[in-house]
Amino acid sequence: MTTITDPPQGSFKLSMLLNDTRYRSYTFQFIALVLLIGAIAYLISNLFANLAAAGLNISYAFLGEPAGYDINQRLIEYDSQSTHWRATLVGVLNTLLVAFLACVTATILGVIAGVLRLSNNWLISKLMSFYVEAFRNVPVLIWILMINAVFLVVLPQPRAFRGDNPEATMLFDMFAFTGRGVYFPAPIFSNSLTGSAGTDWLLVIIGLVLSFFGVRQVAKWAQAKQEATGVRPNTLWINLAIWFGPLLVLFTIMGLSFDYPELKGFNFQGGGWARGSLIALWFALSVYTGAFIAENVRAGIQAISKGQTEAAASLGLRPGRIMNLVILPQALRVIIPPLISQYLNITKNSSLAIAVGYMDITATLGGITLNQTGRAIEAVLLLMLFYLIISLTISAVMNVYNNSVKLKER
Amino acid sequence: MADTSNSIAFVRTETLPQLDPPASEVGVIGWMKHNLFNGVWGTLLTLLSLWAIYYVLSGFLPWLLGGVWGTNSLAECREVLGGAAGGCFSVLSERWNQLLFGFTYPEEYYWRPTVAFVLLFVAIAPVMFSMLPRVMLVFTAIYPFLAFHLIWGGTILSPLLAMAGFIVGYLAYSRLVNQSFAMGFFGGIVAAVLTWYIGGFIVDAIAPENPTLGAVPSRDMGGFMLNMILGVVCVSLSIPLGIALALGRQSDMPIIKWICVVFIEFIRGVPLITLLFVANVVLAYFLPPGTNFDLILRVIIMITMFASAYIAEVIRGGLAALPRGQYEAADSLGLDYAQSMRLIILPQALKISIPGIVNVAVGLFKDTTLVSIISMFDLVGMIRGPILASTEWNGVYWELFGFAAFLFFIVCYGISQYSQWLERQLATDHR
Amino acid sequence: MKKSVLFGALAGATLAAGAAAAGTLEDVQARGKLNCGVTTGLVGFAAPDANGEWNGFDVAVCRAVAAAVLGDATAVEFVPTTGKTRFTALASGEIDMLARNTTWTFSRDVDLKFTFVGVNYYDGQGFMVPKELGVSSAKELDGATVCIQTGTTTELNLADFFRANNISYEPVPIETNAEAQQQYLAGACDVYTTDASGLAATRATFEAPGDHVLLPEIISKEPLGPLVRHGDDEWGDIVRWTLNALITAEELGVTSANIAELSAGTNNPEINRLLGTEGTLGEMLGLDAEWAKRAIMAGGNYGEIFAGNIGESTPIGLARGLNAQWTDGGLLYSPPFR
Repeated sequence: MTTITDPPQGSFKLSMLLNDTRYRSYTFQFIALVLLIGAIAYLISNLFANLAAAGLNISYAFLGEPAGYDINQRLIEYDSQSTHWRATLVGVLNTLLVAFLACVTATILGVIAGVLRLSNNWLISKLMSFYVEAFRNVPVLIWILMINAVFLVVLPQPRAFRGDNPEATMLFDMFAFTGRGVYFPAPIFSNSLTGSAGTDWLLVIIGLVLSFFGVRQVAKWAQAKQEATGVRPNTLWINLAIWFGPLLVLFTIMGLSFDYPELKGFNFQGGGWARGSLIALWFALSVYTGAFIAENVRAGIQAISKGQTEAAASLGLRPGRIMNLVILPQALRVIIPPLISQYLNITKNSSLAIAVGYMDITATLGGITLNQTGRAIEAVLLLMLFYLIISLTISAVMNVYNNSVKLKER
Repeated sequence: MADTSNSIAFVRTETLPQLDPPASEVGVIGWMKHNLFNGVWGTLLTLLSLWAIYYVLSGFLPWLLGGVWGTNSLAECREVLGGAAGGCFSVLSERWNQLLFGFTYPEEYYWRPTVAFVLLFVAIAPVMFSMLPRVMLVFTAIYPFLAFHLIWGGTILSPLLAMAGFIVGYLAYSRLVNQSFAMGFFGGIVAAVLTWYIGGFIVDAIAPENPTLGAVPSRDMGGFMLNMILGVVCVSLSIPLGIALALGRQSDMPIIKWICVVFIEFIRGVPLITLLFVANVVLAYFLPPGTNFDLILRVIIMITMFASAYIAEVIRGGLAALPRGQYEAADSLGLDYAQSMRLIILPQALKISIPGIVNVAVGLFKDTTLVSIISMFDLVGMIRGPILASTEWNGVYWELFGFAAFLFFIVCYGISQYSQWLERQLATDHR
Repeated sequence: MKKSVLFGALAGATLAAGAAAAGTLEDVQARGKLNCGVTTGLVGFAAPDANGEWNGFDVAVCRAVAAAVLGDATAVEFVPTTGKTRFTALASGEIDMLARNTTWTFSRDVDLKFTFVGVNYYDGQGFMVPKELGVSSAKELDGATVCIQTGTTTELNLADFFRANNISYEPVPIETNAEAQQQYLAGACDVYTTDASGLAATRATFEAPGDHVLLPEIISKEPLGPLVRHGDDEWGDIVRWTLNALITAEELGVTSANIAELSAGTNNPEINRLLGTEGTLGEMLGLDAEWAKRAIMAGGNYGEIFAGNIGESTPIGLARGLNAQWTDGGLLYSPPFR
C-alpha cells in the first residue's frame, strides 16, 4: 500500500506554476522579488529625478571638509578645523560612552530593584513596585527632560560658589556639584613613562588585567589545595597584594597626584568634569531601563521553581547565599536574552541626547553636520548605518555570551 | 524501693488548651515584625525607606497642595504664592486646551476628538474583553471611519467611500476565496482599490462645499490628542503588517524570508528618531516629483513600519511557541498553507502573543513623544515649544512635565494592568 | 488642477498629487493657501499667541505674500520648522516659502539651491550676559559656557570668533530658542549667543530684562530674508517684489492708513504704479493690478510692520539702525517700481 505522489514526468504546464505546490513557491518568490526590485527602482528613480530637479547630488565628499563647529565633550582630539568625519567619530564615541555607562548602572539598579521587589520587607517591595511602574509607564523623553531640569534648576551654578560667603560650597574641597555637571579631582602623572597621558592609562589598565589573571591563578591554587587537603587557604591578603601592589608601584614611579577643580573665571578649572548633559542622560537612561531590567530580573527569579529555594534552605544556606549561589545563577539564563534587548534599547534611546544637548552621533552627524552641509540623505543614511553596526555588534557579543551560559543540554 | 514514677515531679495527663500565638506574632505587631522589622537589615531598610518617603513627601505635598490655580502668568502666580511652597498649576488651567488639543485645533470643535476618544473605549472593549457580545465588533469595524470623520471633519463621503471600498473588497474576497486564498486575497485588494479610485472622482464631484463637520487639516492636530492618534493608528496598522512579516520570516521560501529578516533587523537596529528624521527630511526625496504627503502621514508610515518590526518578533515568538504537532495536525487534515494559518496556527499564536503585543503598544505609545524632536507639537512638543517660550510661562517646568508624565502614566499603567489581567486569564496551565 | 485621490483616508490624511514643481504660483492658487515656513516660536518674529494665532515680523511677510497672491492675508498655513527641518521642508515642496530669520549665505544660495529674494532684516550675531557677571566685552569671555542654538550659522561664527581671538569656551548646543532661554536663565551657561534681534526678542520675554546686557561686539553679518526654491523664478519674483513693495511703500509714505486714499490716484507716478492705478506691473507678475495694495494693507508697510512687531514701542524694543530706509542712513533700498 504505497501512495504514489510523484506526478507523471514531462508534463509541465504553465498552470502548474500557480497550482502545483512544488512550483508555486518559486512563482511567489519570483513575484516578490520583482515587486521588491520594482519598488526599489521606483524609489531610486524618484530620488534621482528629485535630485536632478533640485540640482543636487549624492556625495559623501562633505565628510572630508572642515566641520567648523566646536564640540564640548570630545574623547579624541577635535577642534573646529577638524573634518566632519572626525566630528562624526567624536559623536560615535560619545554615544558609546553614555550607552556603556548607562548599561552598567541600569543593570546594577535593575538587579537590586528586581531582587528587592521580591523582598519580604513589605515597604521595600512596595517602594520598588512604585519605582518600576512609575518609570516604565512614562516616556523616556519626559524623564530625560525632567532629570535635566533637576540639574538645571535644583543644583547650584558655579556662580553660587563665588564670593566670601558663597551659597554653595565644595564637598571636601574636592567635589563640586553644579548645574553644569560634577567636578572631581583628576589623577595626573607628573613623571610620565610613555610621554602621553593616554598611554600611561593604558599601562595602568594592562596592570589591572594582569592582576586579574594573577588573582584567578591564586583562586585556582586555593581550589586545588582545598581539594587536596580540605582546608581552603586564606587568600584575602594575597589577593589584595596582587590587586594593589603593582598599581601602587606604577603610581609611585609615575608620580601620581591629583588635580583639584578650582573656581576660576566663569567655571571650575582643572580636575575632571562630567558634564550635566552626560549625567542627566546617563542617569535618565539608567533609571528608566533599570525599571525594565528589574521586571526581567523578577520574572527570571520567579521562573526558578520554589523547590530550588527550599532545597538550598534545607542545606542550611542563609537567604542571602541562597540568592547568590542558587537562584541568581539559574535565573541568569532566563534574564540574559531580555537583558540584551534592554542594552540595545539603551543604545537606541541614547539618540535622544539631542534633547539635553549631549553631543552624541545624532547631534553631530545627524544634527549640526546635517544642518551645516544640507546633506540630509547622506547624513541620515550614514547615521542609520552607524546605529545598525553598533546594534548588531552588541547583539552579536551578547549572543556569544548567552550561548556560553546557556544550559548545555545533551 | 522508691517508685521511679515518683522521681518525675509532674506528668501531664491531659493536653493543654491551645494558646493564642504571642502578641508579637499576630495582628499589626506581628505583621510589622515579619514584614517591616525582619532582622537588622530589614529594620535598617525600613527605616531608610521611611526616611526617604518622608523626605520626598515633605517636599512634594506642600508643593502639590499649596499650588495656585487660575492666575494668568508665572509672575502673577509667584506673587500670589509670595515665597511659600507651591506649584503654579495655573499654567494647566490656562493652557489645558493647548496641552490636550494643540494650539491650532479650532476651539469650537473640541467636542469632536473628545467624543472620538470616548467612543474608542466602546470600540476597543469587545476586542479586549472576550465576554462582551460579539455584536459590538460591528461598531469596532465602523469606528476607524467614524473617528476619522469626527477628528478631521470634512465631507462624510470620504470615510463612507473608504468603508465601501473595504466592504466591496471583503465581498470580492469571500466570493473568490473558495477558488484559492491567494485569488480571494488579491481579488479583494483589486476590488477595493478600484472602488476607491472610481469613488474618488464621484466624491470629488458631489462633495458639498460646506460639510456638516468643518474640516480640520492634519497640521492642526497637536497636544495629547496627537499622541493618542499616532499611538492608536500606528498600533492598529502595524498588527496586520507584523503578522505578515512574522509569517514571512517563518516561511520556507528563502527570498521572502530574507526580505522579511532584513527588514525586521534593519528597523530594530536603528533608533526611532532616525526613522523620524527619514520621515521629516529624506522621505520627500523618494516620492514622485511634485507629490507631497502630510508630515503626519509620513510620520504614521514610519512609526507603523517601526512598530510592525517589533510586533513581528513578538508574533514570531508566539508561532515558535506552538507545539510542532499543531502544524503537523493541520497538514494531516489536508489544509493548505493559508487555511492552516488562518484556522489553526494564527488564532493560537496570536493568543499567546497578546501580552507581548500590548507591551509593544505601550512602548510605541510612549515613543510617540519623539515627534516633538521633529518639530511636531505633541504634548511634549507643546510644552517645550510654545508654552515654555511664551512670556507668561517661561520657567515653569515641574507642573508641565509632571502633568505630561501623569497623563502618560494613567494610559500606560491602565494598559499594562489590562495586559497582566489578560495574562492571568490566558494562563490555563496548572500553576 | 487639483485632483485629490482618496487613498490615505484610512490613515487619516489625503495625498495631494499636485503639479510638478514648475508652478508654485498655480499650486498656491489652486490650494487657496500659502504654506509658509516659520520658526517654532521666537517672540516678535514668529510666535503663536494664546489663541494659536501667529504673529511677528516674519509672519507679516508671509501674510503680505498671501494677500498679494490670494487676496486674503489669513490664507496662510504656518509650518513651524526647526533649524534642521527648514531647508528640507522648502526643498521638498512642503512649504512654498521660508520666512524664518534665515541668513543669506553663499553656500545656502549656491550649494543648497535656494533663492534668497531679499533682506528683510539686517542682523548680526551678538552676545547676551547677565549684568552681575560684569563682562563688558566678548573678548573677556575666556572659559565661559556659551549657549548656542544648533543648526544655524551662529555655531560657525562662534567657533571662528573664539578661534580668531584665541580664547577658549564651552559650547552648549540647544535645539530651540525656548530651551536656550531656559538654560541661560537657569545659569547653565554664562552667555547666550544668537542674532542680536533674537537676543533682544528673547530678553524681552524675561521677567527682569534689565538684569541682562547685550555685549557691544557684533561678530558676523546676518542678512535675514525670505527664500524660495531655485528654479521657479516667477514665484521668486512674486515674493521678492512683495517684500520690495513693503519697503517702497514706506519710502513713498504709503501706509495702511492712507492707502485707500492714495489708491484713488496721486500725482506721484511711482505710487500709482505700485498701487496699480497706472501701468501693468501686476499683470507682469501674473497677478492682478492691486496685488501690492493688498500686500501693504495686510499689515502696513515695512515701517509699520517693524514698529508693530519688534520696534521700540514693543517689549522687544529694537531700533531701526541698519534697517532704516537708505534715505535715513540705513541699508533698506528697494529697486524702483517701473
